[in-house]
Amino acid sequence: MKPTDPSITWLEEKPLGLAERLYLPLFVSGLTTTARHLVSPKVTVSFPEQRPKVGNPLIYRGVHRLNRDDEGRVKCVACFLCATACPAHCIDIVAAESPWPDREKYPESFHIDELRCIFCGMCEEACPVDAIELTSLLDLTGKSREEMIFDKEKLLSVYDMTKDAEPMKSAALGGTL
Amino acid sequence: MNLLPSPETIAALVKIGLLVGGLMTAAAYLVLVERWMAAWVQDRKGPNRVGIPLTKVRLFGLGQPLADGLKIILKEDFTPRHVDKVLYTAAPLVILAASLAIFAAIPFGSVLPPLGIPGLPDPVPFLVAPGLDVGVLWVFALSSIAVYGVLLGGWASNNKYGFLGGLRSSAQLVAYEIPLGLGLLGVVLAAGSLKLDAIMNAQADSGVWYAFAQPLGFVVFLVASFAEAARLPFDLPEAEQELVGGYHTEYSGIKLLLFLVAEFLHMVTAAFLIVIMFLGGWHLWGVTGSAQDITWVQCLIRFGVLSAKILGVILFFMLVRWSWPRFRFDQLMNLAWKVMLPLGLANLVTVAAVEEFRPQLTAALGATGAQVAAVAIPWAVFFLGWIAAGMLTPSGTDNTPIRTSGPLDIEHELVEV
Repeated sequence: MKPTDPSITWLEEKPLGLAERLYLPLFVSGLTTTARHLVSPKVTVSFPEQRPKVGNPLIYRGVHRLNRDDEGRVKCVACFLCATACPAHCIDIVAAESPWPDREKYPESFHIDELRCIFCGMCEEACPVDAIELTSLLDLTGKSREEMIFDKEKLLSVYDMTKDAEPMKSAALGGTL
Repeated sequence: MNLLPSPETIAALVKIGLLVGGLMTAAAYLVLVERWMAAWVQDRKGPNRVGIPLTKVRLFGLGQPLADGLKIILKEDFTPRHVDKVLYTAAPLVILAASLAIFAAIPFGSVLPPLGIPGLPDPVPFLVAPGLDVGVLWVFALSSIAVYGVLLGGWASNNKYGFLGGLRSSAQLVAYEIPLGLGLLGVVLAAGSLKLDAIMNAQADSGVWYAFAQPLGFVVFLVASFAEAARLPFDLPEAEQELVGGYHTEYSGIKLLLFLVAEFLHMVTAAFLIVIMFLGGWHLWGVTGSAQDITWVQCLIRFGVLSAKILGVILFFMLVRWSWPRFRFDQLMNLAWKVMLPLGLANLVTVAAVEEFRPQLTAALGATGAQVAAVAIPWAVFFLGWIAAGMLTPSGTDNTPIRTSGPLDIEHELVEV
């Protein structure tokens, strides 16, 4: 393309006025900007002491939990939809015949490798009974890789820990119960 | 034969110990201050966690310099195979030695009151080499040697980024030595001495700091010392975004530490010179008293005033770093040769004329009138010179594309196959 091509619109730089050529207004504006920021309120969150504000905990994708139903049983029906949907293959379910009459299967064991998980939320999307959900817990740490593979008890305990602060989304978002 | 060192030698050694210790601590803590300033300007909080080691006491992060220093000292001191080993090792030593030796001639206070120690001259000045008549020359000679450190480091690294950094540094520092010297010459002319303590005393005696008497010289010297200390907006020798790390790309561990400390000392030196030569040194109207009578209280007040002024200038250096973008190299050279050099010369001529005709001015206008005129004339020159420089000097090379197509233009048409 030539510089004279008609499809190019050339924008002209404004010629510098006397004030700009003397550099003083630029000097002053630069200095006032930095001086203003020097004393302005800071955006840093001092993390361990101060918790970062999670915008909407209902849509935040943090640590997983396995929800309980009204009788305190695990809601999961071991349908494997979450494990199938998971792009990181971090969910491992062993299904067994349900001891309860209202469903056919239940998870005998339910493991999520939190180190492998990419927190995409596909499992939550896929779940037909809203049993698996992502909480707004964001500081997930552990001392070993083994410790970071969460089993069913651990995932249920995350539910017990967070159920008051974050009610099950199904109700809030009008989902199935 | 008396083998004991003379009281003067002991006094000099004590001063050297205080000065080197003070400077190294100051450099370490200025790094912390710089990080704080950087954080605050960017609306962050900055380092505020490290306090007393092995306790939970945080002290606003005042332990940070210790942690920083330990970390960089304990890092691997790696020497690449392709460097010139001798020069590569010598470079950080040269630059640090030069930037420390500068302080032999720089006064860091006024004078101590008479101590009455036999063999010691009274009063004792805050200066390692008090008898040095060419203090200013010493400072400038050694600050030029510090450039050799940068050059050596860049060249001996045998690395293209290091080489470019060293090259840029030499061009820049040669260009800015001249305005720096011109700004300085005006002060030397007015004070009539090359001793830095005499320059301070001259300002304290008249009560007119040279920043007010020679505004043009002050501006030229200030800009040139930013360039000389290679601080933003003139930090082209390092220019992280373009040159990785510039001349110290290939350095690590304690050698890098020496470079960084020397760089900070350059800034401290620049701040010392600006304060001593243009901002009155230890003098503050109505607080520091006259140069003749000295008590312990006044001695401390003067030291405090000098330190406060220097800290103020350093904070200004740090604030400037975040206020303006880096100059392009052609703009840098334009500024040095087309703006700062003529302005420096104008200042020098004005100061020389005012000093030459001061007796005539005094005869015509009286003592007060002459003093007013000696300040008013440089200010008039300042405004005229500044406006002339702004109007006449292009701010840089025009690099917009040429739009008329000439006979040599190659057709760049998309050809459909």
